[in-house]
Amino acid sequence: MRLAQRVWTGYGGYAVGFASLFVLWQLASLYLVSSVLFPPPTVVFKKGLALAKSGVLFEHLWASLQRILAGFVAGSLLGIPIGLAMGSFRPVRKLLEPYTEFLRFIPSVAMITVAVIWFGIGEASKIFLIIYTTIFIVILNTAAGVSAIAPNKIRAAESLGASRAQIFIHVALPATVPYILTGMRLAMANSFTTIVAAELIAANDGLGKMLWDGRLFMLVDEIFVSLVTLGILGFATDRMFRWSIYTFAGRYSPTGG
Amino acid sequence: MAKPLVSFRDVGKTYRSLHGADYPAIERFSLDIEVGEFFCLLGPSGCGKTTVLKMLAGFEAPTSGQILMEGREVTGASRDRGVVFQGDDSLYGWLSAVENVEFGLRMRHVEKAARRERAMRYLELVGLRGQEQKYPAELSGGMKQRIQIARVLANEPAMLLMDEPFAALDAQTRSLMQAELASIWRTTRTTVLFITHDIDEAVTLGGRIGVMRAGPRSDVKGVVEVSLNGARARTDDTFLRYYKQVYEMIRDEVAKSLARAE
Repeated sequence: MRLAQRVWTGYGGYAVGFASLFVLWQLASLYLVSSVLFPPPTVVFKKGLALAKSGVLFEHLWASLQRILAGFVAGSLLGIPIGLAMGSFRPVRKLLEPYTEFLRFIPSVAMITVAVIWFGIGEASKIFLIIYTTIFIVILNTAAGVSAIAPNKIRAAESLGASRAQIFIHVALPATVPYILTGMRLAMANSFTTIVAAELIAANDGLGKMLWDGRLFMLVDEIFVSLVTLGILGFATDRMFRWSIYTFAGRYSPTGG
Repeated sequence: MAKPLVSFRDVGKTYRSLHGADYPAIERFSLDIEVGEFFCLLGPSGCGKTTVLKMLAGFEAPTSGQILMEGREVTGASRDRGVVFQGDDSLYGWLSAVENVEFGLRMRHVEKAARRERAMRYLELVGLRGQEQKYPAELSGGMKQRIQIARVLANEPAMLLMDEPFAALDAQTRSLMQAELASIWRTTRTTVLFITHDIDEAVTLGGRIGVMRAGPRSDVKGVVEVSLNGARARTDDTFLRYYKQVYEMIRDEVAKSLARAE
């Protein structure tokens, strides 16, 4: 009974929430709008299943996902050390802040034009854009995490005999983990926006390209398949991040004890 | 008398301010702390007692005078001077209780089995046996302060600096922790500088009690030597006599510090 209750409060609400979303969509497309321009979920799922069977859906999905992962990993690997350095050393922060504070206000979508001119319409331009959209959020969050470390954590380590390098590795780094993960989570959400926009404008495959083709050839069903896939994919990756933050980083708090 | 372990010599600390006037928190502060004694530094809030501790810990540098430990000037933090902080934010939340206690030993590359053994010994001493695998967030305020104490003791410093370590605890836990600290001190005989604003706590724990003046320009108003043997009952006549003596010294200072606050 207790277990059933826990499962219900944990997932039951979600299940009902999602189910209601599709029921409402079904009702709206059948009775409210009733147009081929707004297909009901049953039609979209049938189409999605067909596209999945033929492999077309996975080709597009995989193309987008690959770009996101490559850019996201590269952006995080660059952003984390830069953020740590900016948070730890005032001169580094002073030096790099003009870059981060200036560039983070130029949206990655605006950079598509430049990216295509510089790198062409191949993979390079997309990966560049994902790196661009990832790196600043990761830098800012990492740096914020470093400066949020309780001074007493550092002081305690000093008077326990830790060297500066040890304090960095054993105190500053673990204390910043939740901030880094939060930055990466936000960056992942941005990556989805960016990749779709980039693929809409210049790409040979990917979910964004699928959207664009759907518009060109009036394949409304395919547009919806692409949209639903984006939603599911985004939701799944975000849950993965939330889960990893919760399980790995629940204890890693920069301020609390 | 033997050479003191710590000497404050005309120590001054002025906090510089970008806006408005500089604040001279401590001025001409002189004090000797002997090897093996339990010294309580008592003062009204805002008198600069924590500043004194921070300077001795090496977290902040004095603006004038000098602080000597074993004849050498204190220039920064060192594992000679272990610090127990008031709050629990100095604990490492990602490490278990025993890993927190081992931290200093790990930094010195003490071999794993040896450091685990020593950490367990000190966890036992502070009454945390059986809790060693728990994380700080799973422990109560009193237990977290025990981890801090064990963490510092396991590092075997020449002296312990305690900055109102029990101030955030409830009254029952506080008096229990005081009794345990007194018994730990009787076993280890580590030199302690204990900062507090609580007269009762000072008389309970201190071998000597230094009373500070209200800030700014605070220094030591006087030192009371407490000769109470063994257990110190709060209802004891001698205890009350010391309480009254310290109370009379600090009363005016508290009044002054309250008047300034208004």
